[in-house]
Amino acid sequence: MSGQAPAGATGIAAWWDAIRRDRKAAIGALLVAVFIAIGLVGPWLVADPTDLVGMPLQPPSWEHWLGTTGQGQDVLAQMVAGTRPTLAIGFGVGIAVVLIGALVGVAAGYFGGRVDALLSLLINVFLVIPGLPLAIVIAAYLPSGPLTLGLVLTVTGWAWNARVLRAQTLAQRRRDFVAAAVVAGESEWRIITREILPTMTSLLVAQVIGSTVYAIGAQVGLEFLGLGNVSAVTWGTNLYWAQNDSALLTGAWWTFAPTGLCVALVGFGLTMLNSGFDEITNPRLSLERAWRAFLAARGQEPTRSTPVVAGDV
Amino acid sequence: MRYIGQRLGFYLLAAWVALTLNFFLPRLMPGDPATALFARFRGRLNPEAMQALRETFGLTDASLLGQYWTYLRHAVRGDFGLSIAYFPSPVADVIGTALLWTIFLAGTAVVVSFVIGTLLGVAAAWWRRGWMDTWLPSILVFLGAFPYFWLAMLLLYVLGYSLGWFPLGHAYGDDLVPGLSVTFLADIVRHAALPIGTVVLVTLGGWMLSMRNTMIAVLGSDYVNLARAKGLSPSRVALRYAARNALLPSVTGFGMALGYVLGGSLLTEIVFSYPGQGYLLVQAVRNQDYPLMQGIFLVITLAVLGANLLVDILYLWLDPRTRESAS
Repeated sequence: MSGQAPAGATGIAAWWDAIRRDRKAAIGALLVAVFIAIGLVGPWLVADPTDLVGMPLQPPSWEHWLGTTGQGQDVLAQMVAGTRPTLAIGFGVGIAVVLIGALVGVAAGYFGGRVDALLSLLINVFLVIPGLPLAIVIAAYLPSGPLTLGLVLTVTGWAWNARVLRAQTLAQRRRDFVAAAVVAGESEWRIITREILPTMTSLLVAQVIGSTVYAIGAQVGLEFLGLGNVSAVTWGTNLYWAQNDSALLTGAWWTFAPTGLCVALVGFGLTMLNSGFDEITNPRLSLERAWRAFLAARGQEPTRSTPVVAGDV
Repeated sequence: MRYIGQRLGFYLLAAWVALTLNFFLPRLMPGDPATALFARFRGRLNPEAMQALRETFGLTDASLLGQYWTYLRHAVRGDFGLSIAYFPSPVADVIGTALLWTIFLAGTAVVVSFVIGTLLGVAAAWWRRGWMDTWLPSILVFLGAFPYFWLAMLLLYVLGYSLGWFPLGHAYGDDLVPGLSVTFLADIVRHAALPIGTVVLVTLGGWMLSMRNTMIAVLGSDYVNLARAKGLSPSRVALRYAARNALLPSVTGFGMALGYVLGGSLLTEIVFSYPGQGYLLVQAVRNQDYPLMQGIFLVITLAVLGANLLVDILYLWLDPRTRESAS
């Protein structure tokens, strides 16, 4: 079928192939790749972003493509230089949050009973306590910097992943292959890491991408509130200074519009990549798509009926 | 009743976790927070304030457990100590009015977004594959990709600064005396329109999609087919028969959304200089007013927990199945 990877392709090759075939995922991957490239080589392409290069709050010109900030720094240089730290924290937190979520969620789902009751309670408490205020209070007590931001975002962000992974583990736990592994005398550690976790690979990848979107947005929000290291150059602190220098009241749109657009484009790219993955890895969606194509080929209107396609599932 | 009791127990536990976090976080700071603060405010903090600060943190000579117990007793009585920035006002007084503004702003935004989004979801499911079903969700999801506060800044710039349709901030004009007059109330609405509008814009998509998805499932069920076959008017089938049942999952989401918006409203309040909790919280952080900061965090948390409990009760009333399984 069209939605499946060719036989033989496994691992990264299969993912790569799937991304290339799905238009949404391809656009998303391209966007993300562009920003990662800027993050890697960008700082060498622009001058020192903290240099005072001209009059404050100059609109875009040939000399300064995106104008100058309230302190007379080049906005473009700040935007480019801010990419690396912002993405680094974003991806770092994205991975950390899913690791912790997997640890707690899989343990709760696999062991069940009292372990599950206790861990579920912990997950639910963290879900119900409002995240942003908690993040602000924790960040206020710790020395400001990337480590604090990473810690705060991880503490407030892991619970949702844990809940989803717990439910998924509960479903897998009842399947025959797990029972077979138990009967075969495999150790619990081996059953979890070798039998159950591999069945959730696509979910885990989707969660890392989704959590990265969360981490970038929340990080920029916290820094915008002045809770990051305000003397560092990141996307969030750029926006903090734009707000602090009353960019809005003086009409200096160029100090905040480009940076925000970057945040949005990265988030949009990651979301597109994710929904593309979903289309590829979710058999129900690909079945529905095949069914609609099948009907359209016969000149019929797609209706509300459920697609039932013969073949082994 | 047992169900409500269970939920109440859970929220009490969550409140206790928040209180405990609040107690131990200052003690994670290197050294003694009161002394560190005193050094930072060299000369500006008088000895009485210093003493008040030590008592707020419970930094007496008692054991850690004793301090914790004193702290819990004070918190239950609503005594969060004295604010540093607004010394010597008690934290509870400083929070009071700000809380009302936040509840007004966040509450209105959630309700408006819920009503409009849900109705849009019903319409999208009813006219499936129409323009509303294909274009609107994509546009709203695209808007959701932007950082919320940035979108708010952009709208404030375009609608407030460039076009001058809305005021640039605050809850009401400086030239007005607060009171129950028509001009004053109208001014409040005028100032709240843009902040509420931005929150509604970014949260609308979620309500619409969740309602659309459940509504599609409900529309396929037998009792809806029967209602159609009986020849009832389409609006009656859509709203009184299908939408009523499809609403249930959205109601569950309502509690979470309320918490999310109450917590997230601090970004709204910063952008629009709105005198609510969030604005106060960020001011407290910048002034290193730790007692005020802790008080606000607790109040926001308790508001969220209370809202969730209300939604649980509402759910019990809406869905008879939960009542039966509970008894």
